[in-house]
Amino acid sequence: MTETVSTTRTERATRRLKQRYRAERRFKLYGQISIAIALGFLALLVVSIGSQAISAFSNHKVSFDLTLAPETVAPNGPGDTEAIAENVSGFYELVREDLLEAFPAASQSRALETELYGLVTRLATIPMARQTADNPGRLGETVTYRAVLSDDLDLYLKGAVMDEQRMRLSAVAAIDPLEASPAGATRFALTTEASLQQLITALEDAGAQDRGLSTLVQAGPAVAKLEDVTPGRLTAQLYAGRAEDFRGAVPTVRILGLPETERNMTDHQIAWTLSLKDQGRIQRGLNWALLTNADSTYPEIAGVLAAIVGSVFTMLVTASIAIPVGVGAAIYLEEFAPKSRLTGIIEVNINNLAAVPSIVFGLLGAAVFLNVFGFPRSAPLVGGLVLGLLTLPTIIIASRAALRAVPPSIRDAALGVGASRTQAVFHHVLPLAAPGILTGAIIGMARALGETAPLLLIGMVAFVAEVPAGPADEATALPVLVFKWSTGAERAWEPNTAAAIVVLLTFMVMMNAVAVLLRRRFERRW
Amino acid sequence: MMGREMLQAFAHLPMGWLAFAVLVAGGCLSFLSGRTAAAQFRGAKGLNSQPNYHGYYLAMWTVVPAAITLIAYAIFGSGVTRSLLTGDLPDGFASLDPNALSQYLDRVREASSLDPASWSGEPVFAAITQRFLTLTGAVKAAGLGLALVAGLAGFAFARRKISSDFRARKQVENGLQWLLFICAGIAIATTLGIVVSLFFESLRFFSQIPVFSFLFGLEWNAQTEVDFGAVPLFFGTFVISLIAMCVAAPIGLYSAIYLSEYASPRSRAWIKPLLEVLAGIPTVVYGFFAILVVAPLIQDFSGWLNALPFIPDGTFSGSDKNALAAGLVMGVMIIPFVSSLSDDVINAVPQTLRDGAFAMGATKSETVKQVVMPAALPGVIAALLLAVSRAIGETMIVVMAAGQRPQLTADPTSEITTITVQIVALLTGDSEFDSPKTLSAFALGFSLFVLTLFFNLIAMRVVNRFREKYD
Repeated sequence: MTETVSTTRTERATRRLKQRYRAERRFKLYGQISIAIALGFLALLVVSIGSQAISAFSNHKVSFDLTLAPETVAPNGPGDTEAIAENVSGFYELVREDLLEAFPAASQSRALETELYGLVTRLATIPMARQTADNPGRLGETVTYRAVLSDDLDLYLKGAVMDEQRMRLSAVAAIDPLEASPAGATRFALTTEASLQQLITALEDAGAQDRGLSTLVQAGPAVAKLEDVTPGRLTAQLYAGRAEDFRGAVPTVRILGLPETERNMTDHQIAWTLSLKDQGRIQRGLNWALLTNADSTYPEIAGVLAAIVGSVFTMLVTASIAIPVGVGAAIYLEEFAPKSRLTGIIEVNINNLAAVPSIVFGLLGAAVFLNVFGFPRSAPLVGGLVLGLLTLPTIIIASRAALRAVPPSIRDAALGVGASRTQAVFHHVLPLAAPGILTGAIIGMARALGETAPLLLIGMVAFVAEVPAGPADEATALPVLVFKWSTGAERAWEPNTAAAIVVLLTFMVMMNAVAVLLRRRFERRW
Repeated sequence: MMGREMLQAFAHLPMGWLAFAVLVAGGCLSFLSGRTAAAQFRGAKGLNSQPNYHGYYLAMWTVVPAAITLIAYAIFGSGVTRSLLTGDLPDGFASLDPNALSQYLDRVREASSLDPASWSGEPVFAAITQRFLTLTGAVKAAGLGLALVAGLAGFAFARRKISSDFRARKQVENGLQWLLFICAGIAIATTLGIVVSLFFESLRFFSQIPVFSFLFGLEWNAQTEVDFGAVPLFFGTFVISLIAMCVAAPIGLYSAIYLSEYASPRSRAWIKPLLEVLAGIPTVVYGFFAILVVAPLIQDFSGWLNALPFIPDGTFSGSDKNALAAGLVMGVMIIPFVSSLSDDVINAVPQTLRDGAFAMGATKSETVKQVVMPAALPGVIAALLLAVSRAIGETMIVVMAAGQRPQLTADPTSEITTITVQIVALLTGDSEFDSPKTLSAFALGFSLFVLTLFFNLIAMRVVNRFREKYD
């Protein structure tokens, strides 16, 4: 058998066949590679944004045992709780006193004191002010409150600022104070049980000398900055805690990966933070403020709430414009319109409108709604109108498809038993097309939710620190907040932006899930 | 005196809700009245329409005139108030130039919604604000009153028609059809609004800056209102769209071919929705992805290229915002657009053509290349044109990742700017609507609109012309 076949196959034909099969495999491979690239980008996007966002959903808080002195905390007496809730400076005063008590050495210079207070921003005391206002009975007592750590130090503790090389020394054999204040040694030398050669090698490998890297030595709550090290002896300047803590301890050494000039926090601030962390006063927890706060100029206390509310108002206006008008237009075009030139023009026009860039709708909003009609800038009302016009074609196209899917027999039957055309449409066709229309509308709304460019042009980028109360108030929307945060200069805005994106995508996924469920539940095959 | 205070209190009322409440109440009342009136005819000989339709008819005639009046108020109300106030202003204001006057009136309007304590300091300003409030209240009251009168007049007119043989249903259905027609008309009105507003604002711009220097000028410094030569922006848009298409066209096309010709139904059911997820992600997210991940990679890459021995140092600037990052990410965004449109087109090619090719012994790839693709070509071209139009109009990715520097450069790793970026840059922040700076944004918007419309129309023509070839 085989031989008879092979007689018709010349060697050239076989070679050619192999070549053709190779081409076939190659072609298929190209397709697979394309899909792999596209899906790979999707995975990269999800992973890179997700990993950034995770860091923003938790943060570090410092606990303070504050004695709520009524004269500092309640300027108008304990009865005026509103004044207590707004008394940020009074609470910040307490926080600063508490910090200075923990690190008294910082009082030696003004600059150092300012650095110390930088551990917690002023506005981070708002929650404790509000809590006190809710429980005025706490006045005069000592209460434990928590305040968020400054964004840069928070990132440092999360390990997102720089590489840090850590190593343990062997136990300290002796310490030798070099300079002292009444409180104890401020500069000291220590010797350890084993040689310090390993540390010297590590410092040389890191190029610590040339790059000006700082090295911190920590034993429990005491943190000192390394000044010099020889195989037998290590000299250091005490930054936090007491030199005594080093006696007999096993110190940890941290070689910080960036010189002090190239980061937004000083060696002192890192030392204090490490010391507080060792005392258990800094703890990592969920960052609820991200969801419950409005926007702020400080990344550690900024939240998305105002933007969510703004987006909700915008979407309400969009839905109340685009859905009724879109469905009405679809019903007219599909069920009533005579086949005339005019309807032909409307049809072409709607298809074209669906492909007009969204920013052009923003220009329309700026020129017509703001300039001609004099509507307020930055208001969800105008944003909703613009997005409503933007989604209108999408909803018309989806609704027409849903109406077209209802078989003509339904209409014929209704007309046959004496219904008018309007009755046939509204009593029979529309209810059957409703699930399809609704699905299309929800998907259209989900797209509108992610739309950013038109909102920029009607001024919805204004900084809004308060939750808007109505659709005519100044507001911003979630995607605009994402844009605004992404332009923030501080590093901490990056995880915040990613977190805002996660919130935005969560809403979009939920809307799409509802649409899919509707389709599954009510889809009908005729 | 009492009346003035009442008017001022009236000025603070939320007109939107008030009007809404009046309309709903009017509609409900007239509906009930019509239904009750017609209910007496029940059983009468020759009753043409159900009582409900009589109710709807009355409600229609009440609500529509009132609503039209209120819409007129919404559009003209503030203008009328303003011109009344201008007439009442003290003599000194007559010498003010119109711009300063309108700014002053804006301040008055803003102050009027605040606590009186905040503006009672300046006596003249306070008096004018008081007057403004009184006038606003008066115009508001007049608007509502007119709406009420219009509604009542409509009601009275329609009420007289109700009788047992009145064809209420036909009337209501006609009204409903008109309403639906207006809905469809809003889509047209939107297009008209876009064209008219862009066109007239552009005309105002071109009355200050010659068209020729806009279209062919090589320098763009709109922020300082010096140069308005848009060529660098057109160039930037072109470069970024080109990069995006270089990514999206091959990947999108090969994905579509693989999905429709090779993939098993099961893997297709997974891959297609996943690809469409790429289309559902908001562009602002892509923009963030570009600056977070892609731009740093490109910076490193251009540094590496510069270090190569045969490339002179500094050929690639590798700035932190660059055309390549924006273009690449935009390409990824457009992949699903190309793939799903081409997928539809390829699926529309009749199976008989493929069967014929297979019967002649062609392999799958040969069938695709020599039979399916030529048949699907018009549709594929249309898909690519629509994708180009998408790339040209895309805003957020370029705003975030491409930068603001208008320059004509062949280096894709340098900062570059596009039409859309400049529109956003020119129109964010408070700006006068008369300055050439703001108007230039509209001229850019107009060119963008014309450009995308051009591509869309060609695409639609191509599709229509070739659609029925194989049916």
